[in-house]
Amino acid sequence: MSDTLLTVIPVVLYLALSFAVALWARKKAESADSSQGFLEDYFIGGRSMGGFVLAMTIIASYTSASSFVGGPGVAYRLGLSWVLLAMIQVPTTFLTLGVLGKRFAIMARRTNSVTITDYLRARYKSDAVVILCSIALVIFFMAAMLAQFIGGARLFQTVTGYPYIVGLVLFGISVVLYTAVGGFRAVVLTDAIQGIVMVIAVVVVLLAVINAGGGMERCISTLKDIDPGLITPTGPKNAVPQPFTLSFWVLVGIGILGLPQTTQRCMGYKDSRAMHDAMIIGTLLIGFMILCAHLAGTLGRAVIPDLPAGDLAMPTLIVELLSPVWAGVFIAGPLAAIMSTVDSMLLLVSAAIIKDLYIHYRLNGDASRMSIVSLKKMSLITTVVIGLMVFVAAIEPPDLLVWINLFAFGGLEAVFLCPIILGLYWKKGNSTGAISSIILGVATFITLTIAKPAMGGVHAIVPTTLTALTAFVLGSYAGHAKELN
Amino acid sequence: MDKQQHDWRFAQADKEALLALGAYALYFIWWYVCAYGMGSGDPEQYTYILGLPAWFFYSCIVGYPLITLLLWAIVRFKFKHMPLDEELPETENHPASDKTTSSNNGENL
Repeated sequence: MSDTLLTVIPVVLYLALSFAVALWARKKAESADSSQGFLEDYFIGGRSMGGFVLAMTIIASYTSASSFVGGPGVAYRLGLSWVLLAMIQVPTTFLTLGVLGKRFAIMARRTNSVTITDYLRARYKSDAVVILCSIALVIFFMAAMLAQFIGGARLFQTVTGYPYIVGLVLFGISVVLYTAVGGFRAVVLTDAIQGIVMVIAVVVVLLAVINAGGGMERCISTLKDIDPGLITPTGPKNAVPQPFTLSFWVLVGIGILGLPQTTQRCMGYKDSRAMHDAMIIGTLLIGFMILCAHLAGTLGRAVIPDLPAGDLAMPTLIVELLSPVWAGVFIAGPLAAIMSTVDSMLLLVSAAIIKDLYIHYRLNGDASRMSIVSLKKMSLITTVVIGLMVFVAAIEPPDLLVWINLFAFGGLEAVFLCPIILGLYWKKGNSTGAISSIILGVATFITLTIAKPAMGGVHAIVPTTLTALTAFVLGSYAGHAKELN
Repeated sequence: MDKQQHDWRFAQADKEALLALGAYALYFIWWYVCAYGMGSGDPEQYTYILGLPAWFFYSCIVGYPLITLLLWAIVRFKFKHMPLDEELPETENHPASDKTTSSNNGENL
């Protein structure tokens, strides 16, 4: 019992710190003197992020429960091949920042955009694009947040032995409150803290695993004795075939450009120096974190070889190998990853509802028609209500949402990738192209995910991206021709 | 969106985006060649570095610090600092927060 308490202490301390940050951020936002000013502050922190915070928030909004529990769990079963696959995620920060680049930052400022939807509205001047994107964002994000909540609460339950609901209440309520109170500024600052916690957590667990396995050499030779496939690039019995691994370059490399919670960061940095620094810091840190977490999962097999499920690998290693306090620090890592994904999604859902739908359609896009006090109140309440809805859903997860989550990541990519990137770099791109790309992309992804046709190990996202791209180009030409006639 | 696209900043930004894609391609090649080039044989024949199979050591352990170094060089020598705000702020409901103006000290490296 006292051991469990010791484990919970670092978690609680860490949650308290997140609150302190939120209150501080709230104070900062109080100083905004107009409704537009408040929106800019609440939803994008007044575009004031520096390099380190920018790097951390991109990493944190991207890494989630799967980076710390799911991924290393698969690495436990499939060995070094899965670490190799995970390392495909290394370029995500510099690719997002680099490809969207300064052009995106300049455009966002020129159009006063606070969300991706603002940007798309300014670019395509089409209600259909805005509404499709907002709806997709709300649905996919709600499902994805739910999955994160469930993952976090289960992890807490496995490590501490406290019931599922305790973990859910503890970090679910925390994340909803600090996001609602502090807005974007609180989200990115807690992201930075969470990033640091994650880095410490993975180093501790990796060292503990190597130590318990009797050194790196011993670990690897034990793995080889269990199954030589564990130390090859294609896994035991070719479980990770090359086409499958290669399609992850499309899924996590190119596809990340279509994740609104990540791309939105690229319109919020302070200056070009912040972007330059973030590209370097972000790449180094994300590579380090992913490598350590997944390698710990793989080598864990040499320490505790016979776990029934990969998902148990990380929690079990933590409980077995670390002292209670360190276990608490580690558990804060994945919780941090989960919270930092949830907080940015929560804020964007709230932004979609308040800014993209309510202010635009009810107030004709003029935020100043609403007093700053009621705007503040509305932002806070919307964020809390959405967060609580997800929270309640996580107590007794409805099948439908769990099912939708299967499509969340790929679905968001199918919706946002082409409209964002081609909208930025291809002048001829227009709303007809964007709409056809969104509809056909999502349809293709859902069909392929459900029907599972044999594609030689290629992930459904590859044909989806190609379809969305083709639809965008053809649609844009068709729309262009119609305009000329 | 006004069409003053001949802004020097966009030309530079496009060049930087291409460089980022180039770095992405180089990382892919390094990752691919090391992993499948060295690791495709029989595990019995593997060579080891610091206890890890050589294919893994080069593709995963060496790969990401290397790409970080390359990025540092690209950013240091090829990227340029530039103001991100409009040179002439014409929007009146955009509160020039004290944070955003500090970007104008763009010293070019």
